[in-house]
This record gives sequence, structure tokens and C-alpha cells, in this order.
Amino acid sequence: MTVFLQYLANGLTMGSVYAIIALGYTMVYGIAKMLNFAHGDVIMIGAYVSFVVTSYLGLPAIVSVLAAAAVCTALGILIEGLAYKPLRQAGPLAVLITAIGVSYFLQNAAQLIWGATPKNFTSIVSFQVPEALRAYNVSAVGIVTVAACLIIMAGLMWFTGKTKMGKAMRACSEDKAAAQLMGINVNRTISMTFAIGSALAAIAGVLLCSYSPVLQPTTGSMPGIKAFTAAVFGGIGSIPGAFVGGILLGIIEAMAQAYISTSLANSIVFGVLIVVLLVKPAGLFGKYVPEKV
Amino acid sequence: MPKFEFERGKMVPVPSHSIVPERDVDSAPVLEALHLGIDFGGLKAVDDFNLTIGKTEIAGLIGPNGAGKTTVFNLLTKVYAPTRGTILLNGNDTSGKTVHQVNRMGIARTFQNIRLFDTMTVEENVKVGLHNTEAYPTLSGILRTPAYWRREREAHERALELLSIFGMQDLAGHRAGSLPYGAQRRLEIVRALATNPSLLLLDEPAAGMNPSETVELMENIVKIRDTFNIAIMLIEHDMNLVMNICEGICVLNFGKVIAKGTAEEIQNNEAVIEAYLGKRKEA
Repeated sequence: MTVFLQYLANGLTMGSVYAIIALGYTMVYGIAKMLNFAHGDVIMIGAYVSFVVTSYLGLPAIVSVLAAAAVCTALGILIEGLAYKPLRQAGPLAVLITAIGVSYFLQNAAQLIWGATPKNFTSIVSFQVPEALRAYNVSAVGIVTVAACLIIMAGLMWFTGKTKMGKAMRACSEDKAAAQLMGINVNRTISMTFAIGSALAAIAGVLLCSYSPVLQPTTGSMPGIKAFTAAVFGGIGSIPGAFVGGILLGIIEAMAQAYISTSLANSIVFGVLIVVLLVKPAGLFGKYVPEKV
Repeated sequence: MPKFEFERGKMVPVPSHSIVPERDVDSAPVLEALHLGIDFGGLKAVDDFNLTIGKTEIAGLIGPNGAGKTTVFNLLTKVYAPTRGTILLNGNDTSGKTVHQVNRMGIARTFQNIRLFDTMTVEENVKVGLHNTEAYPTLSGILRTPAYWRREREAHERALELLSIFGMQDLAGHRAGSLPYGAQRRLEIVRALATNPSLLLLDEPAAGMNPSETVELMENIVKIRDTFNIAIMLIEHDMNLVMNICEGICVLNFGKVIAKGTAEEIQNNEAVIEAYLGKRKEA
């Protein structure tokens, strides 16, 4: 039982990180209808910025999170404006390949700036967890991560549901041409989506590296791919879907590590995805729209 | 600016020769299209299209299938960039403007095949149209300042007021995609009106409606013109509707204007009859 609860705590923590990343994937996909494969590498950049601010400049952790979010927001808007916006009328394959290109560009840029040697990331959370909880692997980072994930998801639900910008985003997600003819600046709305998604990626990066403290230029790619899987699992385009998908993926992964095999954990995670998509092609929360003939 | 000349006692820009209603003669026209044209590859989809619409005119754009009517709407709203020609909206040149900028300059439209935001509620659809009239910045929305609540309440009231034109205020909370066909068509008009246009373009508003619904629609179009004091231009195949409410009618065939005039003039125009029915046999 203790082992189960310990791995459940691990799973919830990683799952929350996946969920925060998946929220970024799903928002960008929902509005720009593109898979931003560079999203995972924005996470890595966010973690590096936080690392520089705390380890080199010696500033407090909260400042480093804000700096990481600010830099990644700007980076997200920049990537969208330079790499994706010129391809708005191009086919989805062109955008997809560009996104992969941006992903490698960010990894190599990080390697050029910070070197390939892994950095030891100091956790941004330092409060003590009661002894009773620590026995079950519940860490301070874990608590903060799960809380951050819940707050972010509730915040996004409220933002897209209730604010004017959120309404514009939903309108763009349904029908860009019609939204434009109703006076909505589609380009600005897409930029805004990238800004939000990238800020979330920065937070995810800091939390991820606080939990598993090895930071190197490829840090973001595996969590990025898994979060993408989580977004598809939950139904890409859906905010609650990304949240549930992320948490479930984290728990499945942790349980596979605990009871089956550590080395097979990734294969099992993706195996589950394949099974889910065979049964529910649009994911858990996605709506399957049959094509009209 | 185009040159003006007098024709039948009315001031119209060269070379449009349009019928501007008597009451609009003294006010500047809402729309002037001058030598408008677009090519798709080698095909001149619309060519040398000239039209003036008075400030409160109800104008009709008719023609056989494939004549280029919807293309004209797409040119006016900048969905297509014109290959040639000028569009003046309330006297302002729209060249170089994007779709949403032209909308803010005062042109709104509905679609031939309904394009509502299906998963949003009826009220939210109207609020998307109100987007640019809601002046509060995004920040006050996030911080939920009193200004935000005031704007939200105003937007809500405005949305209900607009919906009440068609008596649809009770449907405000319904999902737009779940409405019956006729109500969806009416909601599209309300959503377009929410953007506060000076020219409303209706693409086949009576399509799929039964005769009594069409009569109601005719009354509503006139009512909208009178209430909002705006110009309306419509594409329609229902000749009863066009001939009854349109003050000026423009007939397109193969991308070219073949006739312009009042309902009576159009009905007796040889070129129009030929376009619709074919050449008259010589007896």
C-alpha cells in the first residue's frame, strides 16, 4: 500500500507537469490548428532562464519564475511571428516541419549558450513537508506543482469562458474567417494564445526541473512529447481534456514503473494511448465529428 | 475621390449611374465601388463593377448562379483582395485594409451557408460581434475591476436588446448550433448588426425559408433599416422579396453588371430577361 501511495504521489506530480504543458499544446492547437512541436523546448528555455536568475544572479525563486514566464512569453510571440505567421496560408505539413525546425533551433541555441553539460537545478520550493507525508514521497515541489496545475486550469477555464479575449479565442477556434468578418483581429488573437501557452511552458519547465533537477538542452523534448500525448489522450483542443489527460498519463507512467518495469514504462504509456485512440478516436473529451459525404 | 455628376436630378459619382433613393441624395453614399474587379487565374470573375449605395438604401444584387454575386461580397469585405478598382466606405478608401479593419470601418455580413459559432451560446455569438464596441482592456477583465462588471452588464443588455429585434431574447442561453434553421439565419443577422455597421450585407437571407417566413423577413429587413438607419445590400434569388423591398437593383451576369435600376426597370430590361430565360426567339 505504501508503495502504491508513493508512486501515486510521483504520478500526480509528473502528471501535473504534463497537464500544464498539455494545456499549452491544446490551446495553441485549438486556436491556430497547428501542433507546436517547439513547445517542449520552450519549457527548457524557461528552466534555463530560471536557473540563470537563481544560480548566477542569486535572486529569489519567485523572481526567477516571473523572469522565466516573461522571457518565454516574448519568445512564444517571437516564434509565432517569425516562423508560423508567414505560413498561415500554407498547408499543415509546412507548419509542422517548421515547428520541428524551431524545436531543433532552440535546442542548439541552448547548447551554444549554456553548453551541453547538464546543470544541477536547485529546486525553487524549499518549505518542509511533515514527516508523515514524506513517508509517502509527497514532496514540497509535488504539492506546489499540483496546486499550480489546478489554479492554471481553473484560470484558463475562466479566461476562455468569461473574458472578451477568451470569447474571441473561442470564436477563432470555431471559424477564423467568420470571426474576422465580425471584426476580430485573428493574428493578434493567435499571438495572444502563443503568449499564454509559452508562459505556461515556462512555469512547467521550472516545476519539472525542481522535481527532477537535471537541466540540459534536451530536457524539454521527452516531457513535451508526453504532454502532447496527454493532450491527444484527453481530446486535443479541450482544456479539461488536457488536464485529465496529463494527470492520467502521469499516474499510468508511475504505476507502470512501480508494478511492471521501469524500462518499459514509456512503451506502456504510448501503448495505452494507442488503445484509447482506437476506442475513442477523438480522445476522452474530444468530440468525434464524422465527415459529411 | 470620385468625380460627381448629376443624373436624373440626383448626385451620383462617375461612372456608377446608380439609383440612390430620393431621401439619400443629400447625404454622402455609404458605399462606392469603382471599376472593381478580380481575376482567378485567367478568369475575370468580376470585372468593372461600379455601384453606389445611398446612406439608408436597401439594394439588391441579383443574377444567375455563378454570376459572381458572392464574389462581390467577398471583395467588399476584403476576404478577396481586388485585382483592380477602388472601394470607398463612407468616403474612406479600404485598399490595404484587412478583413477585421474593414469590419470596423462599418461593413458587416451574413453568409450563404450559415457560419455561426455553433458551440457558443446565442448571447455569446452576439457578444463576439460586440467585441470591438466593448472598450475595456483585457487587463481589467483579468483583474475583474468594477469597470469590467459594468462593461459586462452593458454588453449583456445590448446583446438582449439586439436579439429582441427578432424576439429571440429568450433563446440567449441556448447553444447556437442547436437552434432551428430559421432562427440560425436570424441570429446571423443579429450578430452582424452587433458590429455596428453602416452597411449590412445579407447573402441569400431568405434561402430555405417558406413564403410566410419570407414575408416576415421582408418586414424585418425594412425594420432594421429604419431602426438602425443603415444601408442594406442583399443577394437573393427570391424575386418577390427583391422586387418588393429593394430600391435599387443591380444585375450581374458572368462577372459583369448587365443592368441597374428600380424593380420596374429591371423587370422590363431585355438583357436581364435574356440572362435568366435565354434569347427571345425572333418571330
